[in-house]
Amino acid sequence: MRGNVPLYEMRTPKSLPDALDLLHEEPGAWKPFAGGTDLMVLLEMGLLRQKNFLNIHGLAELRGITFENNRLTMGALTTFSSLQSHAAVQKHFPILVQAARSVGAVAIQNRATIGGNIANSSPAADSSPALLVYDAEVELVSKSGSRWVPYRDFHTGYKQTLMQPGELIKAIALSPVPGTSFYKKVGARNAQAISKIAFAGVTEFSRGQLNNVHIALGSVAPTPIRCFGTEAFLCGRKPDFKTISEAKKILSSEISPIDDIRSSSEYRLRVSLNLLEDFLFHVELDRKAH
Amino acid sequence: MFRKPPDFTYFGIIRAGRRQKHGGAGNRGPTPHCGTAGFFLLDFSAEIQDFEKMTQPSKSTECPLPLRKEGREKVTGRAQYVDDLTFPNMIFGTTVRSSVPRGRIRKIFFEGDIPWNEIVIVSAKDILGKNSVAHILDDQPCLADELIHHAEEPILLLGHSDRFLLEEARRNVRIEIDPLPPVLSIDDSLARKEIIWGKDNTFKSFLIQKGDVNQAWNKAHLVVEGEYVSGAQEQLYIEPNGMIAFAEPGGVTVWGSMQCPYYVHHALTSLFDLPKDKVRVVQTETGGGFGGKEDYPSILALHAALLSRKSGRPAKFIYDRAEDMAATTKRHPSRTRHRTAVTKDGRLLAMDIDFVLDGGAYATLSSVVLSRGSIHAAGPYNCPNVRISSRAVATNTPPHGAFRGFGAPQSIFALERHMDHIAAELGLASDEFRRRNLIQEGQTTATGQKIRENPDLEGLLKSALDSADYNKKSALFTKENRKPGQKIKRGMGISVFMHGAGFTGSGERFLASVAGIEATPAGKIRVLASSTEIGQGARTVFSQIASEALAIDFDDIEVVQPDTNLVPNSGPTVASRTTMVVGKLIESAALALKETLIQSGYLANSYTRGEFKNACANFIARTGPLRVFSQYQQPEHIQWDDEKYLGDAYGTFAWAVYVAEVSVDLSTFETRVENFVAAQEIGKVMHPLLAEGQIEGGVVQAIGYALYEDVLWKNGSMWNNRLTNYIIPTATDVPRVKVLFKENPYRYGPKGAKGIGELPMDGVAPAILNAVEFATGARVDRIPLLPEGLMKALQSPEQGRKMLRRGDK
Amino acid sequence: MTPAQKIIVTCTVNGERRVFNTFPMARLIDILREDASLTGTKEGCGEGECGACSILFNDELVNSCLVPAAHAEGARITTIEGVARGDQLAAIQEAFLEYGGAQCGICTPGMILAAIYLLRKSPNPTEAEIRVGLAGNLCRCTGYSKIFDSVLAACRKSGVL
Repeated sequence: MRGNVPLYEMRTPKSLPDALDLLHEEPGAWKPFAGGTDLMVLLEMGLLRQKNFLNIHGLAELRGITFENNRLTMGALTTFSSLQSHAAVQKHFPILVQAARSVGAVAIQNRATIGGNIANSSPAADSSPALLVYDAEVELVSKSGSRWVPYRDFHTGYKQTLMQPGELIKAIALSPVPGTSFYKKVGARNAQAISKIAFAGVTEFSRGQLNNVHIALGSVAPTPIRCFGTEAFLCGRKPDFKTISEAKKILSSEISPIDDIRSSSEYRLRVSLNLLEDFLFHVELDRKAH
Repeated sequence: MFRKPPDFTYFGIIRAGRRQKHGGAGNRGPTPHCGTAGFFLLDFSAEIQDFEKMTQPSKSTECPLPLRKEGREKVTGRAQYVDDLTFPNMIFGTTVRSSVPRGRIRKIFFEGDIPWNEIVIVSAKDILGKNSVAHILDDQPCLADELIHHAEEPILLLGHSDRFLLEEARRNVRIEIDPLPPVLSIDDSLARKEIIWGKDNTFKSFLIQKGDVNQAWNKAHLVVEGEYVSGAQEQLYIEPNGMIAFAEPGGVTVWGSMQCPYYVHHALTSLFDLPKDKVRVVQTETGGGFGGKEDYPSILALHAALLSRKSGRPAKFIYDRAEDMAATTKRHPSRTRHRTAVTKDGRLLAMDIDFVLDGGAYATLSSVVLSRGSIHAAGPYNCPNVRISSRAVATNTPPHGAFRGFGAPQSIFALERHMDHIAAELGLASDEFRRRNLIQEGQTTATGQKIRENPDLEGLLKSALDSADYNKKSALFTKENRKPGQKIKRGMGISVFMHGAGFTGSGERFLASVAGIEATPAGKIRVLASSTEIGQGARTVFSQIASEALAIDFDDIEVVQPDTNLVPNSGPTVASRTTMVVGKLIESAALALKETLIQSGYLANSYTRGEFKNACANFIARTGPLRVFSQYQQPEHIQWDDEKYLGDAYGTFAWAVYVAEVSVDLSTFETRVENFVAAQEIGKVMHPLLAEGQIEGGVVQAIGYALYEDVLWKNGSMWNNRLTNYIIPTATDVPRVKVLFKENPYRYGPKGAKGIGELPMDGVAPAILNAVEFATGARVDRIPLLPEGLMKALQSPEQGRKMLRRGDK
Repeated sequence: MTPAQKIIVTCTVNGERRVFNTFPMARLIDILREDASLTGTKEGCGEGECGACSILFNDELVNSCLVPAAHAEGARITTIEGVARGDQLAAIQEAFLEYGGAQCGICTPGMILAAIYLLRKSPNPTEAEIRVGLAGNLCRCTGYSKIFDSVLAACRKSGVL
């Protein structure tokens, strides 16, 4: 344990307005602390630079899952456990369920929150590819009000977001995307693994043609990404050998995997292309099954 | 509380060997000293008379199985591990280490806003005697003085009662080191551009020769070569290293997580130049060892004792996971080259083996690891000409050390991969090629050891293959793998191997282990041995042995906590020797204690448990303490030449055949072990649940070695020294292991038992990689095999063989 | 650097009311082991990977090395010390003894709490579900088989989980 615990302050606001007041009064001084599953690891390593934390964990305004008018709204403090067991999420957002199940293990899922996951802004964040394919939106609140931003714009660079000082994530909303879905997280083992590659895909498939294709990947670029180029190419096409071949080329130009402690750029690239292929085969098989 | 033994497969009890002629009824073995604490020299010729009794399943094995002796404490959280202990006035300790793999310390700065006068600081200058850790050699300093030979080398110890201040202090020590060019690989060490140890970077070398390999090459039908590489592996006991020391004037006591209390004792008496009775070492409940706590605790004990002495207070060191992984010992990386001559009908003609281990910066245990690895390098095969040329070389990395298998997993990995390659070149099936060469009773190993029992490897092979459904699955997988567009390919792989338990050659004779049995006035029995419970079940098996020998309740046996004030030196808890060697001593001591009571008239030949208790009580009240010790005597049949490194390396071997079934996902290149059969002949199964537990645990640990556990090096230090990045299997990653036991009692083990702790580590990796090659055609001769590596191997065979790992130094 | 202000944290541990005076970012594992002297909860990694520190926190399985003191206000905590009722072991503890689920024992407290949590949610789990439920608890000794056996056996026993 290398963190100097006595130096860390944590303030617990009584309500969301109190929290936002403090963030407004002392911009940049207080870092929101949700479930803590990322931050406490940094503390233990002695690498937690920020010393003042705003304990938002108890704020009821940031909790709750509703599904109304075909729209799912999750409070930022929704844990991965509550997410995966919610009936509407299970019914309409299978990729999100799979992603939630792939986070660490049960004890982590009970504490880690979806807001914390995206605020941490790692390219390997487990919820990101799912939120991207489902075209999620993020509600940000501050003392001066609230705004909704498309999740696809949320991550602006490696470990960077478009959040302004004084803002908190309040909720994430998404609507079902029709079609066949496919998700694969590749990690060093079947649980407790940071993703080497994560692939999420949803597409409609009728009369032999792909339509409304959504593809997102994690861990292959400085941020999680939607592969718009690949999607555009695939729309209206048959998933035959030629199409898949060409799609792979486009995908490889859209991602920029690196070598790091977990894996190699070559492996990440190759597997991303394989997963694209698997996605499209799966779509074919899925259609044949129905 | 007892339960019925579980169902598991016995292959029958095969009576081994010939009956020995011995004296008649009058010859009942050595006469015990009556009336006082007796000290026995265990004479094995006398032991043989009990041999027939041993091979019959005793009444007790038909009784319900005893539960783990300390199980209740463990499942309730009451077991006391070292970090659970606190002492009044205690300080915490931390270690300032080198970040540079090789260099010369120029200056040390104490910086930052730290109250340095409050911090206890220990350096090499505080060591009054010889600044070295007593191992086999004394080349490893306890604290670095001027020269640095590896990253993470300890330089200073700091102490304070405030843990947080202590860590701040550690960060604010700046050490200026003038770097020197480090040697960071086996190749660089062998190239000798820099000499970093001795005259030529070589800690130890062996040459084992049988017959003459040189005359075989031109007689061969085929000569097959191969090179095999294995990486380091972290033991990853879930309880990190820890030690508490209290140095008082003229003496020191340490408590801690360890496997070998008397090794620690020796290190302390040596460094502090203290008489033996002024040093006390106590083993606390230990959360896993696997060899990682064989020699390292000696270093930690010295550190804790130094800090305690300087501060005048008890000093506690608990490593966090990152420090433990980076700074303590790991399995020796290896490189093995095989050159093998075979005849047209697939018989081994000559095996020429070059085996190199990376020992890290200091000698520590490398010579012994090299020894065991070398002796096992030619495997359980009959080959008339063998040459094993081996070396352990120095690099500027933290010294490597003991890890379950101790050199054999490395050399057996190479051999069993190589056997598959030879089979392929000959056009023979993997199992058939091995079948033609399996060693038999009367034949000799590479060291010329004559096998004096029937290993029946052919029978074991058949059992294993049948249990794994090998033939049917092989045919099915071959067919299915050929289907176009098949994304999941499957394969089967086998390995055949052995493991010699106990110290090699004359090692047990030099250890001259002693274990004892003592009766209490209440008629309970205490087992006295320095062997440590580290999860393997030593306490339970010792209690079982003693209770059966004395025909008393398991619950009336106490195994005394290993405390050098209280127990004799029964040797280290390593080398798969605890049941086979020490258990045997306990059995003899118990039998002798019983004899003492009978011969001195306190007990009849046949008695009830109540009568036994009374006999003890009466003996102690009227005569004195009732304590019997038994000392190891090497069985006469073990003949070993240390000079030539030939003869009987071990009393016996446990024999094994392992079968791996894998699936490989060609989208992600991930290999999954779907099923695994581990079949072994282990003499006698003492406690089925514990024995199975050893095999199951060892196999899974070895699956980690084969497929998951990659030590990445960055400038001579472990880069991925956190559990997030050093990957061991979780409950979702490994199959259940199908364990098959065969019995063939070894006359010198208690009830015929052989050692088994390390065996399961030896044969898993090659079986898996053989299966991967079956499945995909990818020839990979390097472990760990990660998906990234398999991908490269499938891209090009050449690349597969030479693939670079990420983070290669 | 000036230290933070200590806080008072009132919570229930194994049914007993406890009041801790501690730093807000002190780890729950340290509060339990040191302030409450409940050393049954073990630290194997400090990073939420090994699960040796698993406890029940408001009826949920969590890694106590990742929970800050400030979150423990009003919490209901169960550690391994709260599992047995006096001398009466819970069914899962008995099963671990009978089926060899514990070897060195260091992962055992966390493993037992993870098993209890699993069985409360899923009283008759398949082996696949057991594996997932215990995926966050690393064991280096057993290879997991006898842990699965122990959990399956506990299901069959009636009585206190």
